[in-house]
Amino acid sequence: MESPLAGYLLVAALLFAIGLAGALVRRNAILVLIGIELMLNAANLNLIAFWRYGPHPEALTGMMFAIFSIAVAAAEAAVGLGLVISIYRHANTTELDKMNRMKG
Amino acid sequence: MILEATASTAQLAPSSIAGILWVIPALPIVVSGVIALLKQPQRKPATGLAIGALSISLLLSLVAFARVVAGWAHGIAVREVVNFTWARVGPTGLELGWVLDPLAAIMLVMVSFVGLLIFIYSVGYMEHDENFTRFFCFLSLFAGAMLGVVISNSLLLLFMCWEIVGLTSYLLIGFWYQKPSAAAAAKKAFITTRFGDVFFLLGIVWFFAQTGTLLFYNHGLGSLEPLSLAVVATNHAGLGLSAAGAIGLLIFAGAAGKSGQLPLHVWLPDAMEGPTPVSALIHAATMVAAGVYLIARVYPLMQVGAGPGGSTTALTVVAWVGAATAVFAALIAVAQNDIKRILAYSTISQLGYMMAGLGLGGVAVGMFHLITHAFFKALLFLGAGSVIHGCHEEQDIRRMGGLRVDMPLTFATYGIGMLALCGFPIAFSGFWSKDAILESAQHWSVAKTPFYLLVFGAVLTAFYMTRQICYVFLGYWRGHGEAHESPTVMTLPLAVLAFFAMALGVIGTPAWPWFHAFLENRAPGLDMHAFIEPSFLALLSTSTLIVAIGIGLGWWLYGNKSPKPEAPDALEKTAPHVWAALRDRLYVDEFYGVTIIAFYAWWARVADWFDRRVWGGIVAVVTWLFNFWARFNRTLDMNWVDGSFDKSCEELSNSGGLLARVQGGRVQNYLRILAVAVVVLAAVLLWSSRP
Amino acid sequence: MSPIFYLLAVLTLGGGLAAVTLKHLVHCALATTVAFAGLALLFLQLDAQFAGFAQILVYIGAVAILIVFAILLTRGSDLPKEGVFSKTWPVGLVIAAAVFAVLGWAVLQSVHAVPLQTAAPSVTVHDIGVALVGRYVLPLEIVALLLTAATIGAVIVAMHEKERTR
Repeated sequence: MESPLAGYLLVAALLFAIGLAGALVRRNAILVLIGIELMLNAANLNLIAFWRYGPHPEALTGMMFAIFSIAVAAAEAAVGLGLVISIYRHANTTELDKMNRMKG
Repeated sequence: MILEATASTAQLAPSSIAGILWVIPALPIVVSGVIALLKQPQRKPATGLAIGALSISLLLSLVAFARVVAGWAHGIAVREVVNFTWARVGPTGLELGWVLDPLAAIMLVMVSFVGLLIFIYSVGYMEHDENFTRFFCFLSLFAGAMLGVVISNSLLLLFMCWEIVGLTSYLLIGFWYQKPSAAAAAKKAFITTRFGDVFFLLGIVWFFAQTGTLLFYNHGLGSLEPLSLAVVATNHAGLGLSAAGAIGLLIFAGAAGKSGQLPLHVWLPDAMEGPTPVSALIHAATMVAAGVYLIARVYPLMQVGAGPGGSTTALTVVAWVGAATAVFAALIAVAQNDIKRILAYSTISQLGYMMAGLGLGGVAVGMFHLITHAFFKALLFLGAGSVIHGCHEEQDIRRMGGLRVDMPLTFATYGIGMLALCGFPIAFSGFWSKDAILESAQHWSVAKTPFYLLVFGAVLTAFYMTRQICYVFLGYWRGHGEAHESPTVMTLPLAVLAFFAMALGVIGTPAWPWFHAFLENRAPGLDMHAFIEPSFLALLSTSTLIVAIGIGLGWWLYGNKSPKPEAPDALEKTAPHVWAALRDRLYVDEFYGVTIIAFYAWWARVADWFDRRVWGGIVAVVTWLFNFWARFNRTLDMNWVDGSFDKSCEELSNSGGLLARVQGGRVQNYLRILAVAVVVLAAVLLWSSRP
Repeated sequence: MSPIFYLLAVLTLGGGLAAVTLKHLVHCALATTVAFAGLALLFLQLDAQFAGFAQILVYIGAVAILIVFAILLTRGSDLPKEGVFSKTWPVGLVIAAAVFAVLGWAVLQSVHAVPLQTAAPSVTVHDIGVALVGRYVLPLEIVALLLTAATIGAVIVAMHEKERTR
């Protein structure tokens, strides 16, 4: 009988792929950020799953990692959305295709 | 400049006149330059300057002459030289200098005196000419240059002054340059004399090479002094000539050009295109005499190697050419109808006499005739000028006549000149000088033919002069308008010259040969018995006979008759072909035209073709090569170098463009690439860690 | 695997899928919220109660709201003309699939190395607090700094430019 860990890991991998697909496929910048949040969540799920089914869960390493990840992800979301808003004010659009001023 | 003034013998102190002898030619030359700067209408200053300068030169010449006479009277051979080196080239250099000796002194006086008279005459003759100042500028330049030739002690200085004399002759013959005939005559004169001068220059160079010095007299080191002459006499030059003989012949070629001897005489008659004072001064008295003077000057060279009473090759050639010229020109003069042409051919003939005198009898004989000829030929030319002026610029003798009535003064002086030229016995200087030449011809050791030629020439001279007098002064007036006498400013010089034409004979008689003694530095000795010596009496009768035959023949044929201008000449009626040949100057000019001038024109065409085709062709080829090379380089540069560079830049740009597309600035692409990279990395790791 | 697990998995994945495929941005934001909630329940299932409640508080309570605000401020309600998916969406899809394939392979390959059922840990808040200020005090301080910087940065970046152009 396989470990329940594999199930959780697969779910996390799938969620990660979905988030990546969203980030790569959608036009709107906000949706890219949503995709990134999904990816980060998938990683959190991975961490918690490993903490639960790994050795020494009493060390709380996994949990701490996940908590800090949540905090950082929140900060990053704030900054990223702030940037999107700022760009929207400048270019009047949120389409990523149109934000190519950094091209070579 | 190192000035050394010494006497060749130490008895007399060096004179101051020798030191300032250079002023005599320099002053007229300077004045010529000043006149050149004046504006045209300023006649009085020009006249004053020119005549003043020449008067001062005359005065200084007289002082120099007195100095030499004083020396001679004390039995000293005066030869004072002042030499300096103009430009040093190593051990030697260009040496110039001047000399004062009897020959130079006499020539100085003659040239300045006759020159001054002609200057005064020109004031009247050229009065109506608008280029008055230019005329005096050139005249002055000529006088200065001629005096330079006379006193020159250096071959180089003599040659320089010689060429200036030639130049002024060109300028003065072509004075009325608007006339094409005058311009052509000037060119002919210059080129013909230049032709002779080429040989002269060769002679100078050779002489310098042989002797190592340009100076004639230099205290024993000069080229005409015994040391150098010995060198030149012994060196051989081929054709059996010694170097001295060859150099002598070359120098004579130059003299022949200037003095109108036989092959190079063609320019003198055409030179009559110039104003009459020019003809008188240059082509009668002085410039043409320069050639004779040159031979007299280098006589030691011509004479070296001759035995006593013998002759050298050079002198023999001189004598023969002179005799031939005398007869040739006299023949042509018989058939001429232009008053000045007759006198021109007469001049050529008399120059032949002078050269013959030099060759046959020595310096004194030739120079004496030169001096007397200067006076009476100048007189004749000025008289002709007076006649032309009085006949309103008419020059054809067939349209004159009866002028003894209208122009008595001119007639009288002209008559005196004519008799002097013919050699009328006793009273006229021409008789004594010509007599001396005939005497030396008679006693010449080489051959007697020159004597007969000269006698024949004398007959012809008397004949054609009588013909001219009959046509011009006797008979009746056939011209247009009224003939009138010339103003005093023109007749006064005539009178002065006439006086000298008669008086100069005194210094050259066998009884008191002052002239010859002066030149040869011996005492003259008054010996009236010389007049009754048999040889002298024989010669006297011969000369009288010659003159009588000539004048008699002329009088008989022409006398007081004045044939119509269109009627044929009396002599022409008897021998029309001979007459035609003589009138056409024995076809010498035509001969030259066919040979030399045609050759030269052909040569010019060849050279032109060569220049255009060959040199031009080479230039064209080189140009084409350069063009081709330039175009090739440009193609290379544009297509290869530039092209390759541009292409590579383009490629760089394209690849840069390609690469730039990677940085599209689109964030999602970056993310995609990241994801791909992660996938690949993970796959590799997993693959390698398979159990 | 208990049936709750499958239910919660379907919820989460469905929410995520909806979030990336729906047209309206607001619908996407709501779907994201659903996904977050599913995840929180999964944490609870894994006996990580604190992480679960933190997830609900932070993600659903802050990040989702933030997303909605951003959609509001950038007029996300207006639909773009050319469609919501980019022109080269198959490439993205393939890449995501490749990523999932690799991850799945990694998991399945090492599934035998994973230990079986272990005991449920008992974690109290007290333990977490002690750990935070004890063992993990440095990361705590750094995260605090980071949060401060991020907040200030976000404020400055998104600040109205009206002040600057005056």
